[in-house]
Amino acid sequence: MAKSIRAAGALTLGAALSALAFGATTAAAQQPTTLTMAVGSPVTSLDPHFHQLSPNNAVADMIFSKLVETDAQARNVPGLATEWRAIGPTTWEFKLRPNVRFHNGAPFTAEDVAATMQRLPNVPNAPSSFAAYSRPIARIEIVDPLTIRFHTHAPYPLLPLDMTNVRIISATTHANATTEGFNSGALAIGTGPFRVVQHRSGDRIEFERNAEYFEGASPFQRVSYRMITNDAARTAGLLAGDIDFIDQVPTTDLARLRGDQRLHLSETVGLRLVFLALDHLRGADENSPHITDNDGRPLGRNPLKDVRVRRALSMAIDRAAITSRIMDGAATPANQFLPPGTFSHVADLPAIRHDPEGARRLLAEAGYPNGFRIQLNSPNDRYINDSRIAQAVGQMWTRIGVRTSVEAQTWATFVGRAGRAEYSAHLIGWGSNPDASHPMRNIIGTQNPQRGWGASNRGRYSNAALDELLLASLSELDDGKRERMLIDVQRMAAEDVAIIPLHIQTNIWAMRRTLQHAPRVDELTRAQDVRPAAAR
Amino acid sequence: MSVYLLRRLIQAVGVVFAMSLIVFIGVFAIGDPVEILISPDADQIERERAVRALGLDLPLWQQYLIFLGKAVQGDLGRSFVFNEPALSLILQKMPATLELALVATIGAIIIGLPLGLYAGLRPNSAGSKVIMAGSILGFSLPTFWVGLMLIMLFAVQLGWLPSTGRGETVEVLGTHWSFLTWNGLSHLLMPALNLALFKISLVIRLTRAGVRETMLMDYVKFARAKGLSPFRVTFVHVFKNILIPVVTVTGLEFGSTIAFSVVTESIFAWPGMGKLIIDSINVLDRPVIVAYLMVIVLMFITINLIVDLTYSVLDPRVRLEGK
Repeated sequence: MAKSIRAAGALTLGAALSALAFGATTAAAQQPTTLTMAVGSPVTSLDPHFHQLSPNNAVADMIFSKLVETDAQARNVPGLATEWRAIGPTTWEFKLRPNVRFHNGAPFTAEDVAATMQRLPNVPNAPSSFAAYSRPIARIEIVDPLTIRFHTHAPYPLLPLDMTNVRIISATTHANATTEGFNSGALAIGTGPFRVVQHRSGDRIEFERNAEYFEGASPFQRVSYRMITNDAARTAGLLAGDIDFIDQVPTTDLARLRGDQRLHLSETVGLRLVFLALDHLRGADENSPHITDNDGRPLGRNPLKDVRVRRALSMAIDRAAITSRIMDGAATPANQFLPPGTFSHVADLPAIRHDPEGARRLLAEAGYPNGFRIQLNSPNDRYINDSRIAQAVGQMWTRIGVRTSVEAQTWATFVGRAGRAEYSAHLIGWGSNPDASHPMRNIIGTQNPQRGWGASNRGRYSNAALDELLLASLSELDDGKRERMLIDVQRMAAEDVAIIPLHIQTNIWAMRRTLQHAPRVDELTRAQDVRPAAAR
Repeated sequence: MSVYLLRRLIQAVGVVFAMSLIVFIGVFAIGDPVEILISPDADQIERERAVRALGLDLPLWQQYLIFLGKAVQGDLGRSFVFNEPALSLILQKMPATLELALVATIGAIIIGLPLGLYAGLRPNSAGSKVIMAGSILGFSLPTFWVGLMLIMLFAVQLGWLPSTGRGETVEVLGTHWSFLTWNGLSHLLMPALNLALFKISLVIRLTRAGVRETMLMDYVKFARAKGLSPFRVTFVHVFKNILIPVVTVTGLEFGSTIAFSVVTESIFAWPGMGKLIIDSINVLDRPVIVAYLMVIVLMFITINLIVDLTYSVLDPRVRLEGK
């Protein structure tokens, strides 16, 4: 692949020389025909419904299409459906795009949508299935080949958002399809912009473009999608010229890549918040597992149940210092889950001021003039610079009198213990869907298996008033009203310091100057977002 | 002989059994695979479904017995992540690793033997001092650092070799090999050198020590006194005798080259077993981890056996039954 790019470079040079020689004014635009991309997380399956995992979803997006697509800012835009609306309290109607064909020529119709929804909960051995997206649907009605209705059990405003996660397969080609069939490439047949030529699991996927793609064919004839998990090796590949485009640029290499004339970066504020979760499970008069008084004796109460303590801990943190010095600018200080510009972002929520003096006063007011001891737990291989951030927070807390020890572990060990609420305070992250109901239900809402709430509420925060409003918003079909309700929910969570937000990560890609890229807030690395740069 | 082989076989079964038990308990102690594999959005219903789908809802001893029952029939379970049989995943990746390890081992012998011979015959020359100092570097520099330096030098600065990946392969006998094309070979060169570095140093030191020792032996003195040419003395009388330790150690090292090519494979994005196992450990893909270690244990046992047999051929004094 490297060869072809170099050859293309040589050709351009040749063309330029001959243009000079013959005094021609038009230099034929010599566009590279192969794009070589390298991603940092391995793609584990080409089955679009087997494992709900970002790297798999990115590749599935190249092969398959969805009823509702999302643009780079994660706003819903028409995909295989051209329009959709709620035609009753429990009925959504989708008008499908005509004249769309699968890679093998089979036409796309409502039957394919129905077959897809049928398959979601029935993928054997799925480690993380897409069943949640078919569960709210009671019945599917095919009105005509290009109109389909979803009848839900209850009013369900999130259905279009759910559809941005469901990649449509064919009713005929994929009847009784198995994950192995997809992985071999034989069944990796969708309506998306690229078709699979070869899949070498854990190594690379070779694509060629789908010339008939309904949004217009890619300018690249072929795409080589390689998995290089080692950060330094991925960067080196880009510097060496073997690779045209990489994702997950390590923050330590940012300065060097910015300084390289042959390369440039594309970046955007993402949807992944890094935050601290606090122990709300132990009552005010119980001991929290990793909190003691200054002499190491049990405290007899859980200071984190006092909102003043939580606020003090939040005010003690210098977010600007973390984002500039530890994250090298690749993050934005945050006071909530969603970045500005997304649905249900709370625009007028004040930034959290760094105020160690005020924090000390608040602690004294709450009855801890001399602070206490706490252990802050963190993963060390999950989020960008995670354990270093935890160290910095620990020092900032210690400065206001809360003597903090930091313990960082590998994610595999950390996440299970965090899930069992074994920590008093821990650092963790969350990649949101662009709708506040998503983080609120999963992280802030009271744990409730029937509702499917709080599965990631590892601090066990619980607030009845908040739950009530959140529940009401989930059956509100008017998006305007719903957004106002969600803003109120988030304001309640912020006032009560349900969690301590730190920063939202910036998503960064690096590529040669001859390319341009539309950076996605959802972190997905897809070839359809890359184009040759406009001629300069 | 057959008694000896049978005893080795029984030992092998015992080791594999013990190993699978240790890995099972070990992975269980590290954490819950479902917590890692599941999408963060998944609600409690989905989590429960995933736990059941992966068979993790049963008590550990029951999971282990089920595993044993299937293993006896040759089924080592399906990968949680790939939903494919763990054994076939590993066997798919094995040729790439074997090729890398073979090239590295052969390279180590081709480079290491002459250098070691020279250093042994002329221990005081400047050349041998350089060689010996270099071998210390080969021992002590960490593999991942050397790998990155190789990439920076040969791929980024000089642009002579491709930075990572396996390149073109040619299918022979149903498996893909890269040493048959120039493109494949150029991809193979750096990772093989990186992997071979330690072994080159090892072979140099073994050869040198062997030569120094053998040169003082009576039969060498006698051969020289007889007036045999230095060439004949070196390559017939000395060389044969120093080969015994070299064969033993390189043979044993071959096993660890395969088993521990992990670092080199992940730096050079070489699609072998090492990269598979490190990715699998990161997500606690237990069936793959167990199957991989079983394969490695079997391989070590086989290699040790072959080394022992070769040894007895090279050195008639060694009798296998006597052990």
